Amino acid sequence: MGKVEEFLKKSSIIMKKSLAGLDYDKFEKKFISFDYNELMNSVPYNINEIIKIQREFKVGGTPLYELKNINKIIKKLSKPGYGAKILLKDEANNASGSFKARRASLSIYHAKKLGYEGVVAETSGNYGAAVASQAAQMNLKAIIVQEVFDSKWIGQPEILEKGRACEAYGAEVWQMTVGPELFYMTLLILNETGYFNASLYTPYGVRGIETLGFEIANEVREKYGKYPDYVLVTHAGGGNVTGTKRGLIEGGAKDTKVIGVSVDLRGLHMASDRDFNRKSFTTGHTGFGVPFMVKPDRTDVPRNAARPLRYIDEYFIVSQGEVFYTTILLAQIEGIERGPAGNTSLAAAIPFATQLPEDKIIVVQETEYTGAGKHPFAQLSFAKKMDVEILRGDPKDNVPGKIIVIPDDISQLRYEKIPLEEIKKSYLKNAIQNLDEITKDDLKFLKEEINELESDFVERFLFEKGVKIYG
Amino acid sequence: MLKKGDYVEIKITILNPDERAENLPEDTKRVPYEGKLRGYLLNNAEIGELVEIETPIGRIVKGILLGLVKEYEHNFGEPIRELIDVGKKIREKYLRE
Repeated sequence: MGKVEEFLKKSSIIMKKSLAGLDYDKFEKKFISFDYNELMNSVPYNINEIIKIQREFKVGGTPLYELKNINKIIKKLSKPGYGAKILLKDEANNASGSFKARRASLSIYHAKKLGYEGVVAETSGNYGAAVASQAAQMNLKAIIVQEVFDSKWIGQPEILEKGRACEAYGAEVWQMTVGPELFYMTLLILNETGYFNASLYTPYGVRGIETLGFEIANEVREKYGKYPDYVLVTHAGGGNVTGTKRGLIEGGAKDTKVIGVSVDLRGLHMASDRDFNRKSFTTGHTGFGVPFMVKPDRTDVPRNAARPLRYIDEYFIVSQGEVFYTTILLAQIEGIERGPAGNTSLAAAIPFATQLPEDKIIVVQETEYTGAGKHPFAQLSFAKKMDVEILRGDPKDNVPGKIIVIPDDISQLRYEKIPLEEIKKSYLKNAIQNLDEITKDDLKFLKEEINELESDFVERFLFEKGVKIYG
Repeated sequence: MLKKGDYVEIKITILNPDERAENLPEDTKRVPYEGKLRGYLLNNAEIGELVEIETPIGRIVKGILLGLVKEYEHNFGEPIRELIDVGKKIREKYLRE
């Protein structure tokens, strides 16, 4: 066993110390299940209390815009009677510039209440700045651990910017080279400092996002007299899908469909030193989106509170070039410069809207701040340096890591619908491992996990694999 | 010679190639796992020496001195020809009043 694997044996002790009051063991059940609802309910705040805490720390209450010019074009691209309305929740207005502030606020608030001196977060995304910004307000120390460089010390511009933002909020920033050992590094720091583990995947992180779904449900109902028909969510680790859908339900929008959207980076290896800088998106992509659906517990906490297959209704993917195009479109015809990563779901929402009746409402539930390193020009200039070809044409010719195709026209935007059945099967295959029997509790758990309560999807899968159910 | 109190960058090698995690792609496995960290130099030192720094939150960390923290290297890039006229083309085609 290697040095890393040896140290990771201590991980449960370190995690326990760094997440005081959250004893994951007590939620565990035989053989594969755990009580997810109990885990989520272990957060001692209700939605109104969470809103109050967040407002105190400059989070939430973001504007919801109708994208008038984009909607006008959608009508022109649709057949008569079609062309749904797109609304955009401008999450860039949160402290630190993204919806991740919702995710950080409750966690940091709780860490403060528990008396921790500081917090640690393993993240290369906007979450780092969110944690640093919330910690700064609550007088806590913040350490952010990022994956930034390839082995030649060439930094991904977007992550360099996110590191700069963390520094701007006063955090200690570890800028690491490529590798899944980021988790090991984080544990080393947690072990050394005794700080709180402000993981993206604790129930505090995920319940903090519920206010976003809750706000959307209430605002759309107030303004349009009904709940949104669809909410499109940029999907990576699954917290955004999970928290948003839970918040929608809490706000009464039980029938609103949640569609996850990721950028297509299929074929690029997430742990590869070479591939690392051939991605023009560092989040919201299939490299996180798919694995986190198949195996949600691949995280820095014993059980992941973000469980996207429980909440996702459909899954779309779009290409890098389409998101860059949409980002510039948003700036040049809607007058707001955001993203690009946060615009992933907007890129899918445009072609999706043309296929829906005109009385339908789609909410694109996030934006993020843009800046040096993040901006499409910064990413594409960098991609060129890494020998990625930039072309204008049909986005279907996109090849992740090799060719980025910028559409000629808005009518070329499209999305690919990924069948969830295959992902659900992969989830089940992973969950049952090599077991030949599971309990009735396990069966119920699996049905909840992949949101197949009414069907016999799980039973059929188990039968095919020869797994028996007892008890 | 860098001076005590200078805002510097250090390099820390966390894992040598033979210590890296299992199941890594070949290209990642053959390089060390390393990181950079910024803070205030605690003693006068030369580049390449093992030094201690105080991080922005007041922790003391050891590493190889790389030098003074320089300007941020990330920027907005060059205007991309394929994108600069997106709005103009759309306006002409769809939004003419």
